[in-house]
Amino acid sequence: MQTKRNAGYEAWLVQIFLIATTIVVLYPIIMMAMSGFKTNAEIFGNPFALPKSLNFDNYLVIWNTTDVPRFLLNSTIVTLASVAILLVTGTMAAYAISRYRFRGSIMVSLFFLAGLMLPLRLAIIPLFIQLKFMGLIDNLLGLIFIYIAMSLPSTVFILTGFLRALPSELEDSARVDGASEFRIMVEIMVPLITPAMVIAGIYNAVPIWNDFFFPLIFIQTPEMKTLAQGLTSFFGEYSVNFGVLYAGLTLAALPVVIVFIVQSKRFIAGMTAGAIK
Amino acid sequence: MSMTNADYEKAKRNRTLKLKLWLLFLILPPAAILIVFVFVPMGSAVWYSVFDWDGLVRKEFIGLANFQDILFNPLKNKVLFNAFMNNVKVFVSLMLVQNGIALVIALLLARNPKGYRFYQVVFFLPVILSTVIIGFQWKLFLNPVFGLVNKFLHNIGLHDWALPWLGLPETALNSMLLVNSWHWFGFPTLVFLAAIHRIPKDFIEAARLDGASEWRIAREIIWPLMAPAITIITVLTFIGSFNWFEIPYIMNGLEGSPAGSTDMLGLMFYRTAFGSVSAGGSNFGSGSALAVLMFIFIFVFSIIATKYLTSREVEMN
Repeated sequence: MQTKRNAGYEAWLVQIFLIATTIVVLYPIIMMAMSGFKTNAEIFGNPFALPKSLNFDNYLVIWNTTDVPRFLLNSTIVTLASVAILLVTGTMAAYAISRYRFRGSIMVSLFFLAGLMLPLRLAIIPLFIQLKFMGLIDNLLGLIFIYIAMSLPSTVFILTGFLRALPSELEDSARVDGASEFRIMVEIMVPLITPAMVIAGIYNAVPIWNDFFFPLIFIQTPEMKTLAQGLTSFFGEYSVNFGVLYAGLTLAALPVVIVFIVQSKRFIAGMTAGAIK
Repeated sequence: MSMTNADYEKAKRNRTLKLKLWLLFLILPPAAILIVFVFVPMGSAVWYSVFDWDGLVRKEFIGLANFQDILFNPLKNKVLFNAFMNNVKVFVSLMLVQNGIALVIALLLARNPKGYRFYQVVFFLPVILSTVIIGFQWKLFLNPVFGLVNKFLHNIGLHDWALPWLGLPETALNSMLLVNSWHWFGFPTLVFLAAIHRIPKDFIEAARLDGASEWRIAREIIWPLMAPAITIITVLTFIGSFNWFEIPYIMNGLEGSPAGSTDMLGLMFYRTAFGSVSAGGSNFGSGSALAVLMFIFIFVFSIIATKYLTSREVEMN
C-alpha cells in the first residue's frame, strides 16, 4: 500500500507479528526434517535438541526396505503424464474456442467450463464401476485419465483467457504466406502462451501430486500406490519408529519444496490462478 | 491457367471442410476425456441413486427409497445430522480462524514491510505440501506421550495442558481445525493480498491526506473493494469444508472418532459407499444418494452465496 517503508514503532509491531507467524510456520517443518536424522531414543529423550549427527540411517531404512522409492516413482509418472497430456489437450480445446469463430463455439466453451462446477469425488462410485469395466482399476492409467479430466476445465479456462488476448495479425500474415493451420498453431501461437501453460501446469500438478482420495479407492496393490497414498501403509508398518516416519515425511515433502523454492513466483501465481482474476 | 466459378466453389468448400476437420481434431480428444471421466460418471451418480444395489451389481429400480433411508432411517439420520453439524462447524471455524488470520496478515503485508517476498514464500510453503504429509506430521506432533506438543507443554511447566488432543471429543476437532488452518492460511492470505494491491493507490492516499484513520481506511475503502476476493474465498472454503475428508481420515480414521466428534459427510459417504465396521458392507445405492444430496447442497449454497456476496461488491473503475 504505502510505497515508502513505515518507520517507527508501528513497523516494529508488524515485523514482530510477521516473525512470530514465520516461526509458527517454519518450526514444525524444521522439526520434521530434523527428527528424520534422529534415533528413536533421541526423539523421545531430547525432542527439541539438534540431532547428534547427520545420521542417514532412517533414510537408508526407507530406501532399502520400504516401497517408498516405488511410490515416488509412481507419483512422478502419474503427475508428469497427466500434466503433459493435460496441457496438450487443454491447449487444443482452448485454441479452438479462442482463435476461431464457428457455429456452436459458445456451446463448446460452456461445455468445458461446466466441468469447473462438478466435484468429481462425489462421482467416485460410478467411476469405480466404470474403471473396473475398462480394466483401469489398479492401473496408473486410470488415475492419469481421471486427473486429466478433472483438470481440463481449469486449464481450458486459464489458457482461453491468454489465447484470446493474442493479436490476430501474426496468424493472418502467416495464413497469407500459406502456412497450414497446424503450423500456425504449433509454431507461432503456442510459443506465445508458454507462461500461461506453466501457470496452468503448476495449478494442476500440485493437487495431482498431492492427491490421496482417488488412489485410495482405485489402487490396491502396493507396487501401484502413489506417494500420498503409500504413506498411509508406510505409517502402519513403522508406527513405532518415529525417526523413520519423520524421515519418510521429509522425503515425501522434498520434491515439491525444492521446486517451490526455485520457482516460488510462478508457483504462487499458478496456485492462486483460479482465485485471482 | 484460369479458374472457373465452379473451381472457386470447389476450392472454397474444400477449405471449409478442412477447417471443420481441423476444429474437430482440436475439440474431440479433450471433449471425449471430459465426457467419459466427468460427465458420464456425474450423470450415473444420479441414476445409480434410484436403484437397489448388491455389491457391484445393480438390482431393481426403487425410486427415492435410498434417499428416504439416508434422511429418515433413525439410525442413519442421527449419523448424518451429527456429520452435517460437524461440517458446519468446520466451515464457520475456518472462516473465522483460517481466513481471519489470513486477512490480518494480508493487511500487514500490504504495508510493504521489510522481507515482504520472504514472508510471502514462507506463508505459502505449507500450502504446497500434501494434506497426507501435514496430517501425519501433526498426528506425530500431537501424540499424547511422545509428541512434541505435549513435550513442549511439559517443558514450560503447563503439565495440566498436556492433553491427548486427538483422543478427547472436546479437543479432537479443534486440533484438526488448527492443523488445517496452519496448512492453508497462506492461500487466502495471497488472494486477499492480490485484491488489496489492485485497489488504486490514490484512493488510500487521498483518504490519508483527509486525515482518515488507518482503521477507517481499512473498513471503508479496503474492505468493500476486497469483496470479490472475499466472495471467492468464502465459496472455496465452503466447498472445501463440506468435502473435508483427508485430515479427519488420516488423523483419526474412518469412524470420526472419538465418539463421532470428528465425523464428516465425506467420511460417512466413504463408509456408506465402500463399507466399514460401523456401516457394514458396501452400499452403492445409499452412497450415491448421499453423494447426490451433498452435491445439491454444495451447489445450491455456492450459487446463493455467490449471488448474495456479489450483490454487495462495489465496482472500482
